[in-house]
Amino acid sequence: MMHTGAKRSLLVAIFIAIAVSFFSAHFNRYYRDVAIDVAISIVLAVSLNLINGHTGQFSLGHAGFMAVGGYIAAKITLVFGVTAVAWAQPFIFLGALIVGGVVAALAGLMVGVPSLRLRGDYLAIVTLGFGEIIRVIFQTSETFGAATGLVAIPKWTTIGWGFGIAAITVYVVGCLVNSTYGRGFLAVHDDEIAAGAMGINPVRYKVTAFVIGAFFAGVAGGLYAHHKTTLAPTGFDFMKSIDIVVMVILGGMGNTAGVIVAAVLLTAVQEPLRALGPLRMVVFALIIIALMMLRPQGLFSFGKKKGAKA
Amino acid sequence: MKKATIRFGGLTAVGDLDLQIRERELVGLIGPNGAGKTTAFNLITCVYQPTEGDITFLGRPTSRLRPHHLAKRGIARTFQNIRLFGSMSVFDNVRAAVQVHRSHGIRDALFRMGGFRRGEADVEKQVMELLEIFSLHEQRDENAKSLPYGDQRRLEIVRALATKPKLLLLDEPAAGMNPTEKVELMKLIRFVQEKFSLAVLLVEHDMKVVMGICERIVVLDYGIKIAEGTPAEIRTNPKVIAAYLGKEADDA
Repeated sequence: MMHTGAKRSLLVAIFIAIAVSFFSAHFNRYYRDVAIDVAISIVLAVSLNLINGHTGQFSLGHAGFMAVGGYIAAKITLVFGVTAVAWAQPFIFLGALIVGGVVAALAGLMVGVPSLRLRGDYLAIVTLGFGEIIRVIFQTSETFGAATGLVAIPKWTTIGWGFGIAAITVYVVGCLVNSTYGRGFLAVHDDEIAAGAMGINPVRYKVTAFVIGAFFAGVAGGLYAHHKTTLAPTGFDFMKSIDIVVMVILGGMGNTAGVIVAAVLLTAVQEPLRALGPLRMVVFALIIIALMMLRPQGLFSFGKKKGAKA
Repeated sequence: MKKATIRFGGLTAVGDLDLQIRERELVGLIGPNGAGKTTAFNLITCVYQPTEGDITFLGRPTSRLRPHHLAKRGIARTFQNIRLFGSMSVFDNVRAAVQVHRSHGIRDALFRMGGFRRGEADVEKQVMELLEIFSLHEQRDENAKSLPYGDQRRLEIVRALATKPKLLLLDEPAAGMNPTEKVELMKLIRFVQEKFSLAVLLVEHDMKVVMGICERIVVLDYGIKIAEGTPAEIRTNPKVIAAYLGKEADDA
């Protein structure tokens, strides 16, 4: 059960994020950028965890939803935001993020309703295909800059925005799952047939998880676009989805705290490995294989749920 | 209370089955292996749909519903191979089932206004009351699958009761139990039926259990009802002895 403190801790987290971001001008630019990367990873991993971890639906389409949100949000700022007066910019940014998230959620609904009747591997393949379709659509659409993508997006994503939204994501997923209503997600994860017999509509829960997960992936995409200032379709390929899935698996499916730590570690670990050049991905893969063999239940599941199945 | 006419055309897995369960009645459905007990059970629980005939509950047809609609109508079930929610605690297993009759949804979970806390407190009270009745309250935070087998069976029944059913369907609850556990189970089923004033349909393999607690028994063989009556009548019915009890009668 989550207690009354949930709302308060959310506010505190957002406040700290904004306060830190006031001083971030003094930070080393490199570390600031890595910190924002970390925040975006947290949003992505925690939202995917709702789908893959809590509800047990293996989705490989998270980068696709992220792309939808990113492109839509970037387009909105490019059209309305660049010429706007300074005070209006945060509102336009917020609006762009939300619209991007909503469109991504709609995409989630469109993919989710027909495909969530599938199970396991089949669902993974459909969501994988979806992600690729999205990428190709943006790659061929002139409105979205075709293969070059969108450039000169204003750099509006700050540490405050990044971690503020990460906090909201953690709050929303946490509140959903830690309620009587939310036990339904876990029930569907554990045993769909038994859940059905208890009056829980499995399809409904799965679609809900998909839509909410897609929404936050879309918002993360918006943050990403306003962080990197350029968007290219290749940034949202299959590997990006895999990266997020790896965070969820490493953190321990359905274990929010673990997934956050994994998102931080994996994003940060990539940085020192850059010196290795192309070997980076090999080393990265080796680390992951080693972790999977040594701790298949997830790095950070220390028997939090007694006897949880691996 | 319940009038079920189930007909199967073509390959007749269960043919022309008439089965009626009255209010607060404990009915047993038995038959040898492959007699169609499970098929009949699946028909009642909307896993299969009848090709002919219909199934009604409290005067309303149920045969076109999806399984998750049944709980709202007041039909709950357990599974032959216990299906608890393995990653959840004892408490949460029951909690997940309580929500059927509650209007609280996603909005309440997110915004957590005053009503939410009252609602959650209410749920906790309901769940704990149920767990206490079945003396599972001390294990409330244990993982459901870590309980001993008999307790898991009990928890599965508690979870079904949390949906406030009027009809409880038990699919081979005695499967895999030793004689002592079976005696416990019989007591439990009778207790549940009286305490919650339910109708119970017991699909069971074990003759002792069925004979011991059921008021009325329906016998299936090759998908066809071959007998119906009180335990005493069934015990002496020659058709039943031929089809099913033959071997057991020899043993005894």
